Amino acid sequence: MLSIQNNRKKQQRKVNIMKEIVVISGKGGTGKTSIVAAFAAIAGKKVLADCDVDAADLHLVLNPRIEHREDFSGGKKAKILEDKCISCDRCIEECRFDAIHYPVLGNGKTADTPYINPIFCEGCGVCVRVCPVEAISFEPAVNGAWYTSSTNYGPMVHAKLGMAEGNSGKLVTLIRQKARDIAGRDNLDYIIIDGSPGIGCPVIASITGSDLVLVVTEPTLSGQHDLLRVAQLTAHFRIPTIVCVNKWDLNADITEQIEGEAKERGVQAAGRIRYDPAITEAQIMKTSIVEYTDGAVSDDIKAVWQNVLHALA
Amino acid sequence: MKIAIASGKGGTGKTTIATNLALTLADKGKKIQLLDCDVEEPNCHIFLKPEIESTAPATVLMPKVIEEECTGCGICAEVCEYSAIAVIKGKVLIFPELCHGCGACKMFCPEDAFIEVPREVGVIEEGKTNGIRFVHGLLNIGELMSPAVIDGVKKAAGEQDILIIDSPPGTSCPVIAAVKDAEFVLLVTEPTPFGLNDLELAVGMVRELNIPFAVAINRSDVGNEDVKKYCKREEIEIILEIPDDRRIAEAYSRGEMVIHALPEYKKTFETCWEKITDLYQNALHTEQQEKAATES
Repeated sequence: MLSIQNNRKKQQRKVNIMKEIVVISGKGGTGKTSIVAAFAAIAGKKVLADCDVDAADLHLVLNPRIEHREDFSGGKKAKILEDKCISCDRCIEECRFDAIHYPVLGNGKTADTPYINPIFCEGCGVCVRVCPVEAISFEPAVNGAWYTSSTNYGPMVHAKLGMAEGNSGKLVTLIRQKARDIAGRDNLDYIIIDGSPGIGCPVIASITGSDLVLVVTEPTLSGQHDLLRVAQLTAHFRIPTIVCVNKWDLNADITEQIEGEAKERGVQAAGRIRYDPAITEAQIMKTSIVEYTDGAVSDDIKAVWQNVLHALA
Repeated sequence: MKIAIASGKGGTGKTTIATNLALTLADKGKKIQLLDCDVEEPNCHIFLKPEIESTAPATVLMPKVIEEECTGCGICAEVCEYSAIAVIKGKVLIFPELCHGCGACKMFCPEDAFIEVPREVGVIEEGKTNGIRFVHGLLNIGELMSPAVIDGVKKAAGEQDILIIDSPPGTSCPVIAAVKDAEFVLLVTEPTPFGLNDLELAVGMVRELNIPFAVAINRSDVGNEDVKKYCKREEIEIILEIPDDRRIAEAYSRGEMVIHALPEYKKTFETCWEKITDLYQNALHTEQQEKAATES
């Protein structure tokens, strides 16, 4: 009986072996996307997910062929129906986001009906509820799209958030879920996520519940400062974290300081990547660095991937 | 005048430009204020090393239930669009991280059982450095509401001739919060495919906000010509180009100002400022002309 249970557990483990790795940085522009693109070429069975929905770039290297597209709605938006509005200003008084104003027309005069600026509307619905004449509509707004695609490296899930739209956290969560579905369906080993800079909403949405965070930083005082905040964030959510220093040879002293400080916080070094203009050249050629050159920089990144696997084991 | 330094892509040089521009103008005797609105990862203080004189919490209003008054009717949960309130077995549960502070629960509670209390989501620090008034914000670890902290930084701003805002990267809510009341935006990019793609997104954003803007290209001699071609096609002025100078990268890595390490760049930032004021005056002039034209 016990052995049957053990077997069953083993089987379950086999099915659930998929690991989710998130690449983030704190500071922007440290090389996350170039490294994820290289991992795409190195790693075995995987699905790629671009969760930097604010400024998605991974598709520029991986050239995805879109197979499925769906609209994304991050929430509702309020809109005033001009023919019903009696200009009582109740909505203006109660809006906490200062989203409702009388627009100034081209001739310098003020409009007769107020207007809800969709950029500032947070979709709370307070105006809709306080309007005495039901003159405000409240419908789900389409503020982006998400895609499942195929690439030469395997499936990819990505998205495009509309101009000046919020709710990136919700879109990130959706992309991760779709990537998990694909990984489960195709029995893949890894979900590799390209994250966004910072430590706020989209970053939190991309790391919670993942198996490993790889932080990519650079040997500058800014990179050092930002890494500490990211390390605090991953510690807050108890996610195993490793760090690699990109362009480490720009300042070897700071690289060592970063690795030392990280270690004190339980964040192990995942390797160093040297500065090489070939990284930019590969980007321009729309290919990953490891396919572009056999040079030492490619070996550096391959070593980082081995350290990722080691940290997952 | 309020000017925001922004970019779609991270790490393009926003902070370098914001801090060096601020110091260049302060050295010329202008009254300058620098607001670091990248509250998730603020870096301006690393370069300007301000003396912090005061610290205050950045807060959002959060609802609190007065249990004696609550009947557990569930209307608060119904009106909350963010699922930040659940009523289970007649008891109100509030999830602070999801609350946007819209006030709906308090407003529509039939028993008047809600009060609102400030909840700290970050810290605002103010100080001085080299004749520059300095304000920055720090989002507390694990918090989601960066825009609330950015609003706090803006509120702490005083009256100065020139206000320079260092924005977070991207194009979504924190960036909107940082640039929305700017009178001019300088979009920083680099001449690479990622730089171009993210510049196009940022241009879409400032056009949507209807703010006059121009482009700065950092590490302008790497990559390719596509950013310049794009700007030409879209009739966008490029008003600043900083070459890929290893000495700049090294000064940056040590937290040094470019204009201190390499004084020859002072002229570059002075010229940049002249172009910003010219473009801003032009934009004002065009707006007035358009207004006059529609009136007549």
